[in-house]
Amino acid sequence: MPGPKKFAKFRDVMKEVNSKGAALYKNPVGTEDLVILSPYSVKYIHSYAEDSPFFLGLAKGKLLGSECKHCHYRYATPRSHCMNCGQETRWFDLPKVGRVHSWTTCYFGSEEFLKETPFNLALIEFEGVDTLLLTRLKGAKESDIYIGMKAKAVFRKTPRYLISDVHFVPA
Amino acid sequence: MISGGVTKFAKAHPDMDFRLMVKRAFDYAMKDVPKLKSDDIESTRISYFSDHFARQLKAASMVQDYLGMNPKDSRRIEWGGATGGQAIQAGWETVASGRNDVCLVAGFETMSHVETWKGNEFIALASDTNFDYPVGGFYTGYYALMVQRHIYEYLRKTKFADIKDEKRAQRAATGEAKRIMAMVSVKNHVNALNNPYSQYPEKLSMEGAQGREMVAYPLNRPMICTMSDGAAVAVLASEEAAFKYTDHPVLIKGVGCGTDTMRLADRPHGRVPIFAWETDEYYSKLKYPGVHSFRAGRTAALEAYKNAGIRDPKEELDFVELHDAYASSEIQTYEDIGLCRYGEGYDFVDQGHPFLEGVDYGLDLPNRGTLPVNPSGGLIACGHPVGATGIMQGVFAFWQLQGTIKKHFGNDRLQIRDANRGLIHSHAGTGSSVTVTIMERA
Repeated sequence: MPGPKKFAKFRDVMKEVNSKGAALYKNPVGTEDLVILSPYSVKYIHSYAEDSPFFLGLAKGKLLGSECKHCHYRYATPRSHCMNCGQETRWFDLPKVGRVHSWTTCYFGSEEFLKETPFNLALIEFEGVDTLLLTRLKGAKESDIYIGMKAKAVFRKTPRYLISDVHFVPA
Repeated sequence: MISGGVTKFAKAHPDMDFRLMVKRAFDYAMKDVPKLKSDDIESTRISYFSDHFARQLKAASMVQDYLGMNPKDSRRIEWGGATGGQAIQAGWETVASGRNDVCLVAGFETMSHVETWKGNEFIALASDTNFDYPVGGFYTGYYALMVQRHIYEYLRKTKFADIKDEKRAQRAATGEAKRIMAMVSVKNHVNALNNPYSQYPEKLSMEGAQGREMVAYPLNRPMICTMSDGAAVAVLASEEAAFKYTDHPVLIKGVGCGTDTMRLADRPHGRVPIFAWETDEYYSKLKYPGVHSFRAGRTAALEAYKNAGIRDPKEELDFVELHDAYASSEIQTYEDIGLCRYGEGYDFVDQGHPFLEGVDYGLDLPNRGTLPVNPSGGLIACGHPVGATGIMQGVFAFWQLQGTIKKHFGNDRLQIRDANRGLIHSHAGTGSSVTVTIMERA
């Protein structure tokens, strides 16, 4: 049996490992390092638990915030208990139009989203609401966007029950 | 602190696994204090950030094992990007409480075992996985969101207030911020030319710094640190024990830690907790921290300064090694830790305050060197193997305060003359936790 192929460039080692499962790296420090492919994949059974109504709301084209029953602090990204006073919150309908509080255009990203680049991220502020919502801003290029710009919610027709079931577009 | 060691950070160390990387740094530290024997070490605090990167749960136990530290007291420390800074404070607590006389703090990260984009995914899993990650989880994107608002608050509303057209005003402000962030990038890469532990030493020009590939607007490549493999250790001892092993220990004078919401979207818009030399009135119009500033950093600094008896950090510190994961967060951090007021960070750079004397940056710097920041080159030039990073800062600060930079770097061009007091700063996930530690020549 021939042993694993040897390479002087680590990039070539990576290529070989990806296709053949193993390679030897002729390391400039003087060692020969055996490198193997070690796959890892997990399927989680993830419950949204107390946040469930929010994601069910997205599927019905609704944007739900939460308001503290005690101090009336209003969250655009919901939570079931208030971070200020610890009391329970109640659900309320967020406006579907807000303004860009901050934004960026990503030209790179995590592996999962790399194929979607470039994409815009925006934090949306809503009138009368104390916190923000992180979302994608679609239908606008880097050169179009500015802080204070109006944006409205658009919902995915076939829900995936992810926060990305909603995105915003210029209003 | 009585000794330290660093295994040079690299894109990959295929010749060493995490145990051997830590061992190398440990052996270096032990060699530096020959009187200290392994048996004298009573406990260890071992830090690494990610089980995903390590793909070995309880990896700290394997380090403990490899260093021959069993059956001594040990635990793993993890606190996101601030893991290393937190580990130093955990070691400090172990000694300061009187529980142990000598404690070893050791940290590492191996980030090369996955491709860069998978690594970005692992890091982004340290953001809310219900509400943040699925939107397009990418840490550089999060920091870009924060600096965009910082630019809006502190340049758009001031220097560029006269421009009526909103979009044009914001673009002009961002252009100015990019120029100043490029200066930070130049500073850290050029400083690194004299640090043999750095990974990206470069005689970077302003054109070079501004011209390269955009990653997340307005942050481009030279403004961003890279994932790395590496390790670092710090040996901490009680005041009494320290002088048994070395004539030149460094005193950990004050520690502080602060936190904030995991989600950027949840950051409050309230009042600024002020330093003794600031006034409430100055910030009367500012909603704080919003997404533009790090309340955790300010909280950590307030506690550390109180413990160390520091009233005005810019007068009483000789240098700072801070967590410049991004050139933007370096500028934001100046303001958090009170090297200047909120809103003055850009000018602090433009004036030259955080640059070193006697280093040629090719820049016109009228007030150069009043308070050098990241003389080592920081994370931008050294890399960021998370669990080791904060400890590396501690080691560089230790050598500065001992006056032994020449011995460890092979040249003294980065040695701050008569350095008596330094600050190290470690920062996690969009500012969700920050540590500040004050170190003094003993």
